[in-house]
Formats: sequence, structure tokens, C-alpha cells
Amino acid sequence: MAVAPPVDPGPSPSPTQRTPLPGAPASGTKYVERRRRIGEKWYTPYLFLLPHFFVFALFVLWPLVFGLYISTQRFALGAATGPVFVGLDNWQQLFNPASFQFERFWMTVWNTVLFVFMSTPTLIIASVLLAALLNQQFGGRTFFRTVFFAPWTLSVAVVGLLWWWMLNQQAGLVNHLLGIIGINAIPWLTANPWAWMAILVATLWWTVGFNTIILLAGMQSIPSDLYEAAAIDGASKRQQFRHITIPMLRPVLLLVVTLQIIASFNLLGQPQIMTGGGPAPGQTTPVLLHIYNTGFTGRFDLGLAAAMALVVAVIMVIFSVFNFRFFQSERA
Amino acid sequence: MTTATPPANYERRSFLRTALSPQRLLLYFVLVIIALFFILPLIWMLSTSLKFGTQATVDRGWIPAQPSLQNFTTILQAGGQTPVARWFMNSTIVATVGTTLAVLLTSLSAYAFARIDFRFKGVLFGILIATLLLPSVMFLVPQFMLVRDLRNMGVINTQMALFLPGVAGVFGVFFMRQFFLSIPVEIEEAAYVDGAGRLRTFFQVVLPLARPALATLAVITFLAYWNDYLWPLVIARGPEQTLTAGLRQFQTQFTVNYGLLMAGAVIAAVPVLIIYALAQRWIVQAVTSSGVKG
Repeated sequence: MAVAPPVDPGPSPSPTQRTPLPGAPASGTKYVERRRRIGEKWYTPYLFLLPHFFVFALFVLWPLVFGLYISTQRFALGAATGPVFVGLDNWQQLFNPASFQFERFWMTVWNTVLFVFMSTPTLIIASVLLAALLNQQFGGRTFFRTVFFAPWTLSVAVVGLLWWWMLNQQAGLVNHLLGIIGINAIPWLTANPWAWMAILVATLWWTVGFNTIILLAGMQSIPSDLYEAAAIDGASKRQQFRHITIPMLRPVLLLVVTLQIIASFNLLGQPQIMTGGGPAPGQTTPVLLHIYNTGFTGRFDLGLAAAMALVVAVIMVIFSVFNFRFFQSERA
Repeated sequence: MTTATPPANYERRSFLRTALSPQRLLLYFVLVIIALFFILPLIWMLSTSLKFGTQATVDRGWIPAQPSLQNFTTILQAGGQTPVARWFMNSTIVATVGTTLAVLLTSLSAYAFARIDFRFKGVLFGILIATLLLPSVMFLVPQFMLVRDLRNMGVINTQMALFLPGVAGVFGVFFMRQFFLSIPVEIEEAAYVDGAGRLRTFFQVVLPLARPALATLAVITFLAYWNDYLWPLVIARGPEQTLTAGLRQFQTQFTVNYGLLMAGAVIAAVPVLIIYALAQRWIVQAVTSSGVKG
């Protein structure tokens, strides 16, 4: 809820007198304009905020507290009574190596971290190369950009189903094409490391265009005289890329890497649809899928799922800070 | 052609020469290969969807030997737990209503943050920013419990449950605020001098000026709703599902009927691909502007 002050917000030197007429000198206009107008009630701005803030408080702020509370509860499936308070038991299960949940949880956390480390360099390098390709003068550039970005507009459900079908060992298109050039059928979805590669390729196909267009916009905002000066000094295209494009792109790269890490941490749909988290139980199950399976299938253990989610959230925040620090120190 | 070629023609010739230089040809070759990587899976999806029954696995051709729309007619008539036509309607309603509400509410809020001074403005804005940095995973379980309780109490129905958490998002507030700040205040003052109140100024002066930003926000919000997967999977069941989460249900039910499944995927993909084709500029702009500006 918007916290509305019951009193007039402080002394403002009768702002209305200074409200300039249209065409008046622009100096100070903004300052005056942002003040309340004549006859305007103190609560007017809060009325503007209220509809969104109400939904925001209910669905974002309250769940922050509520999530902590849920993580202290045990839900008995089908029980007549409500959830039972179990204190920190759910948390203990996640941090006690002797517990049944411990290994399953941290294995899936490791799977997600593994995917972050696999996918981030792959998708960043691929998108930098694609953006560099598109950052040249040639006819049809917009067409190629449109095509590279198109899969990003699809749902993970469509992407997952499509690659699940294409990578099918017997009837899939990919093995069929590989067969034409004499390569035996690969068990893409039913054996590691192929399963992880399959998930990586589907993710690359789906989202590399997103990174690409952000990096491309970053490259296009680099002043062209830098390249001209470098060319006069005899720098080759490759040297220009190494010593102008990459350093100038650093802030945009930081952003793209951060967004990529967050996106990769949120991996769920691709393995759920393509490998079912397998081949062997849990082998390609990312932690988000494990949370989903824990809280929303089987025993519907929502308390444990809430505790897991909070642990993952903390890990993600640590990762983000670390990533930010890394880029900061690189700059120095 | 002679040496006395007019400039226009000259440029054309030099363009052709560079276009056909070995370097250019190599560039185009590489680009076409990459483009095929992105396009061919989509064509294969469409191709499979036109192959009925065992044809889907037997016929390996890009163009179906016996093209048929039977996959589509079959799933669109499906009822029971996999009513694809109903899912499509659910997706449409949830995405449309959700987008409208999200754009309207975040714009109202953004306007106050951009134009009016009030107490706790900084604090409130800070809270919004802070939640933007929090990982979405931590909201899943509590939002589910909250929505389930509200639904059991009869306060909301499943469709509202599907779109309300999206309306709570704060991206639109930042996005619209940024745009409102770029509109000259003088325009609003003219309306004010003419006796219009804040709300009227907002709806009759500010919003029409903000049409490009509104369209951009609306398009990406719509895409986000339409493509959302985890939330509908968690909160809706059977016929109340949206199309994307329904596809997963579909997969577990018709696990080897690839023709049917690809027809479902095509139905989920075509609306967004059409929107992308029509509003490509806005979508790219939204991604790059929020991206580059951070």
C-alpha cells in the first residue's frame, strides 16, 4: 500500500506563482512544474501510484515475507489440517549432508552452475561474432538481423518441443542429416554429454539473437572516427576489433553477460521438455526444475521448495555481484 | 558503359563490384549458412505439422509427400484435458487483458514519478528498483500460495491468477517514466492553462504523445504473456491452461505423435511470429534501448 502522508509535504515557496506560462523561459521550468499545481490535492500523485502499487505490494512485496514464512512450514499432501510449523527443518535438510534432500538439491544446483559456465561463454562469443558480422555495410543487413533474432520471440515450450523432435534419435531431422554424411545416429537426448549439448544448442538457437542485437546496437554507437584514426595509423580490421570495438563495448558486454547469467540460471523448460531432466534421474535437472518438481509435483512439498528457492536466490545474487566486481576490476 | 558514366550509375557499378568481390561473397555465404540454422528448424516444424499420422516419422522430405491439415483439424477439435482451441482463447484473453492492465497501471505510476513531487517518492522508487534486482525464482512458491488462497476465497478466477502477477511487474514503470521525462513540460502546461486537471492531461495530452513508447511496451508485454511457461504450468490445470503450458501437457499425452505436437507448436508460434513481422522495429528497439541504457 502506498504510504500516504496525512500532511502537506513540506514548505514549498508557493510554487503556483512561479508556474510559467507556455512560452516562458525554460530555465527552472522542470523544477517548478514537478511541484503540485494550484488546487491540486496532496493525494493526487498517490492516486496515480495506487493501482499499480496495490498489485505490486500484493504480488511482489508480500511474497517476499510470505516466502520466508512458507519455508518454515511442512505441507502434508491431502491432509485435513493445514501446514505445520517446522522451524528451520526445511533449511536444515538442504545444509545437512546426511539428509536425503542434501545431495539431490546440490546436484541440481551444480547442474545449473555447470550450465551457466557452459552457456555464458558460448552465447557471448557467438553473439559477439554475429554482431561483428552484422556491423558491416552490406545489403540485406536488416533481413539477417531479423532472422537471427526471430527465435527469441518464441516460447520455451515451442523451442523445447521443436528441438526435442529434431534431436529424436531414430526419426529426428538432425540424425537424418548426419546419416547422409555418414555419421551414426547420436543419442542426443538419452546420453550425456549429448543431452547437455542438445540443451545448449536449443538455448543458443533460441536466445543468441537477443544478445546479438544488444551488442550490435552497442557497436553501432562507437564513434566511427575512432576506426578512421586507427586505419590511418595502419591498424588492421582485426586490430581495430581487438583494440577499439572490444574495449568500447565493455559496458554493454557487462550488461549482456549479466543478463545471460541470469537467463542461464533460470534454465527450466528446455531440459524439462527435451530430456525430462535425464538421461538418468537428475542428470540434466537444473535446480529450478528440481524446485518445480519438489513443490508442484509428487509430494507437493511447498515448504522445502520455498527454502530451496531462497537459497538459489542468494546464490544468484552472489554470482551477480561477483560478475560485476570482475568486470569492474578488469576495467582498472 | 563508358568512362562518362553519370555519378548515380557509377555508384551502382561500384556497389556491384563490392557486392561481388570475393570477400563479399564469403560474407554472404557465411550469413546464409547462419540464417539457415535459424530458419530451417521453423520450416521443419511447419513441414512436420502437415504430415499426418505415421507420415511424420516416415516422410523425411521438407515438402510433405502427402500434405494434410488433419493434424490441425484434429487438435483444434480436441476436448477433454487438451482442448487446444480453448487454450488458444485463454492465451489470447490473458495476454490481451494483462497487457492492457500492465501498460495502463505502470503508465499512471510512471507519470507520477516523472512529473509530480511527493513525499516518499525516492523511497518508493527505490523499493521498485530493488525488487527488479531480485531473482524471480523466490516469488514462485509464495505467489502460488497467495493466488491459490485468493482463488479459493473467490476473489479471483484462474484467468486473473494468470495475468495479475505480470501486472505487478515494475519494468513498465521505468520504461514509461523514461519516456515521460523526454516529453517537454510546456505541452502539459498548455493543457493546464486551459483548465484540464492532472488526470485529463494525462489521458488526453500525455498518453497520445507517448504512443510509440506505449506500443513498444505493449508489444513486448504481450509477447511475455503469450510465451510465459512456468507460471501457467504451476497455476492452471487442464482446460484452464494457456497454450504454451498446455503444449507440455500435450507432450506427455501424445508423446510420439510428432505431427500433432508440431501442429500445436505451430499454433503457438504463428501469432508471435506475425506480431514480430509487423512490429519488429518496436521489439528490437525495446530490447536494445532497455539493454544499452541498462
